[in-house]
Amino acid sequence: MHPNRRIVIALLALMMVGAGCSGDSDAVTVYSGRTADLVGPLFETFEKQTGIDLKIRYGDSAEMAGAVLEEGDRPRADVLLVQDAGNIGQVARAGRLATLEPALLDRVPAAFRAADGQWVGVSGRARVVTYNSAKLAEVDLPPTIDGFTDPRWKGRLAWAPTNGSFQAFVTAFRVMEGELAAQAWLAGIKANEPKAFPNNTSIVEAVGRGEVDAGFVNHYYLNRLASEGKAGAAKNKYFGNGDPGSLVNVSGVGIVEGGAHAAHARRLVEFLLGDEAQRYFAEKTFELPVVPSVRADPVLPQITSLARPEVELSKLDDARGTVDLLTRLGIL
Amino acid sequence: MVERTSVRSDGAGGGAGGGLGIALGDLPFSPVPDPGPRRAPAPRLAPVTTTAAVVVAAVALLPLLYLVLRAREVGLGPALDLVLSERTVRLLARSLSLAAAVTATAVVIGVPVGVLTAGSDIPGRRVLTVLTALPLAVPSYVAALAVITTFGPRGTIARWLAPLGVEQLPELYGFAGAWLALSLSTFPYVTLTVRGALRRMDPALEEVSRSLGNGPGATFRRVTLPQLRPAVAAGALLTALYTLADFGAVSLLRYDTFTRVIYVQYKGSLDRSGAAVLALVLAAVSLAVVAAEARVRSRARVASARTPRDRQLLRLGRWRFPTAAALVIVTLLALAVPVATLVTWLTEGGPAGLDLAATVRAASHSAQASALGALAAVAAAWPVALLAARHPGTVARWTERAAYAGYALPGLVVALALVFFGARVATPLYQTVGMLIVAYLVLFLPQGVGALRSTIAQVSPRLDDASRSLGAGPAKTARRVLFPLVRPGAVAAFALVFLTAIKELPAALLLGPTGWDTLATRVWASTSEGFFARAAAPALLLIAISALPLVYLALRDDH
Repeated sequence: MHPNRRIVIALLALMMVGAGCSGDSDAVTVYSGRTADLVGPLFETFEKQTGIDLKIRYGDSAEMAGAVLEEGDRPRADVLLVQDAGNIGQVARAGRLATLEPALLDRVPAAFRAADGQWVGVSGRARVVTYNSAKLAEVDLPPTIDGFTDPRWKGRLAWAPTNGSFQAFVTAFRVMEGELAAQAWLAGIKANEPKAFPNNTSIVEAVGRGEVDAGFVNHYYLNRLASEGKAGAAKNKYFGNGDPGSLVNVSGVGIVEGGAHAAHARRLVEFLLGDEAQRYFAEKTFELPVVPSVRADPVLPQITSLARPEVELSKLDDARGTVDLLTRLGIL
Repeated sequence: MVERTSVRSDGAGGGAGGGLGIALGDLPFSPVPDPGPRRAPAPRLAPVTTTAAVVVAAVALLPLLYLVLRAREVGLGPALDLVLSERTVRLLARSLSLAAAVTATAVVIGVPVGVLTAGSDIPGRRVLTVLTALPLAVPSYVAALAVITTFGPRGTIARWLAPLGVEQLPELYGFAGAWLALSLSTFPYVTLTVRGALRRMDPALEEVSRSLGNGPGATFRRVTLPQLRPAVAAGALLTALYTLADFGAVSLLRYDTFTRVIYVQYKGSLDRSGAAVLALVLAAVSLAVVAAEARVRSRARVASARTPRDRQLLRLGRWRFPTAAALVIVTLLALAVPVATLVTWLTEGGPAGLDLAATVRAASHSAQASALGALAAVAAAWPVALLAARHPGTVARWTERAAYAGYALPGLVVALALVFFGARVATPLYQTVGMLIVAYLVLFLPQGVGALRSTIAQVSPRLDDASRSLGAGPAKTARRVLFPLVRPGAVAAFALVFLTAIKELPAALLLGPTGWDTLATRVWASTSEGFFARAAAPALLLIAISALPLVYLALRDDH
């Protein structure tokens, strides 16, 4: 046999052996739809404090939720953590999540958890209008998001119609105010010829530089850019009073039904709802803590001041209807 | 005699035997016209090969089986409503028009690039041979981001042109951008198949044509090009199916296609059944495309090649440097633009956030899974290709079609199908590297089948007969006679699957061991949060690793 070939075969055999190895089975498996950059440090803290090992699969929220659904009654995950209430609501409706105990659920206001107790929010985010404070004072802004359909905003606005967070906002708008209201608002904004951006960050940067006067985004992009000194003159306007312009959504966590490590999984959920993790969300990712006793970052409003309790967040999952609407209006 | 033939044609030593072939479905032609209708292979039963091919086909059909199971949940009425809705038809038309435009462009670019790099006196031919294949290694979402940052409304070109008074570039988002990004990342499929076919083509017909007074242009048009048709069709098939299944480029460039709608159905509302119905429609369309390609192929006459020898180099004369310049422009657009974009991200981000150890670990994971996956795909392709080349018939035709099932579906659909079967049936394998290897087999089997089938078809069955008559059994014949002759095709198939697998995303995210990241998953994790600087290093490393098999093939064949 040619010596090269032997090396190749030996190498392949080695790779096969490596491929056959699987990890230890004592660790709690987490399917995380939030990236390692955002929640990795939190998981590390949990491992250090409790001595419980975590195996974490990072991916897209819908993919992770989909994996839990497809595994069905042969689950490999113990805990599911996703970006949107809509995704985790679907998994709960399929009966794949265990009911959490009241002691855990009661830490969070009813608006930010499942009515049947199968998932609970861990951190919140609000829609805002970010505006250039060098060109505009807060009093120049309309009191509700409807005011931006006024022709005086023509050519001055920015949005990201292809971005998931914008589409989630439109979905919520449709649920809260009805199809017709959502359609009228979108058509009114479109008539003002907003500039389209690919994502929230690029909108905040453009507003900060004064390329546009105002844009529709999630709140924390401004705070993250500001912490790096890149926000320029951009500021956030929160609408409150249940205006769809400041809709709140939460990322949610649930314990997978039939998972092998239920007790340790419960400790992880408890940790995520604990003061330390909630402070991490407030200070490091500039999200809104869902536990009322933990204060948001001083520049942020308390989540309870923005919420509309009658909107059930896990029902906000008709993305297809939103894409259809945006397509019909010629926005996508 | 058998031994001598195998040594001579064994690409490693034997001249034009293998070629930087990476030969996908390239079908060589005999310079000697076949006497009458094609000779049917000896009616030999091949129970082992047939069984193996059927098993492989069954595995390849798992995603379709999953889709049927899911689609049944919808019920026939609503499913038909969904399939026959105006929206479905409109999106299908959009997908098909994009696939047609991308495929046409890939052919227009890919054929000349293949012809020039396979055998001409173009300057820098070897370097161009490698560089023009490399765009395959650029993930389509990276290609799309590069197109946006370069040609977009606030991109590099716009900034350069602004001082010259150019206010606005043509609209990039939509059809134009998706077409550009996908054409630039898929034309090497055509280049590679054409290159492989040319390098195995017997030059005698061209020589005859010239001796009859045809100039080089007329010879190329009337003799060379018709012989290339099956190779072009094979490359076009891979391009068309890739475009139909692509999600990364069309979503970033905002062109609403059928695949994008399947993703929205899934990602927005986790509507597995609705997504399954739509995916089945896409599978049916893809099957039609596969059948169309098979028709083009079957009209071509295939005969066993004689011992190959080198073609005469295409003399370009005063066109040497202009054609080289044209190829450099193509390379710049398809490869240098994405690489330059990545380098810009890297320099803007600085060394902060660059986790070198983690990136190297991810690179070794990527190389491991892609190499083993490519090996599995080629091994699984062997019985399917052998059956198709040596025992054509109903079984061969359907096992070959089944092989394409996974390739034409969106990656997410295939990955979720394998989560379903993995968690239930292949329990010990699920969430190991082994599962990822199975996924790559299912996803990329057609690339292996195409390359092997055409190479096996080149080997005369009479060599098998000779071996058998000398007392060797079927296994020994395969090992001692067939495999050495087919090896160049197998190596090329390996390289192609490797290139495609290393940039694959959904399977890597869903099926590999938990907590086991690859270069592709690292690129995704960073870009999805807008940390482009952190995505640059793994993306560049991914392209660099992909270059290795190409350089190896170039050095091996091009002497």
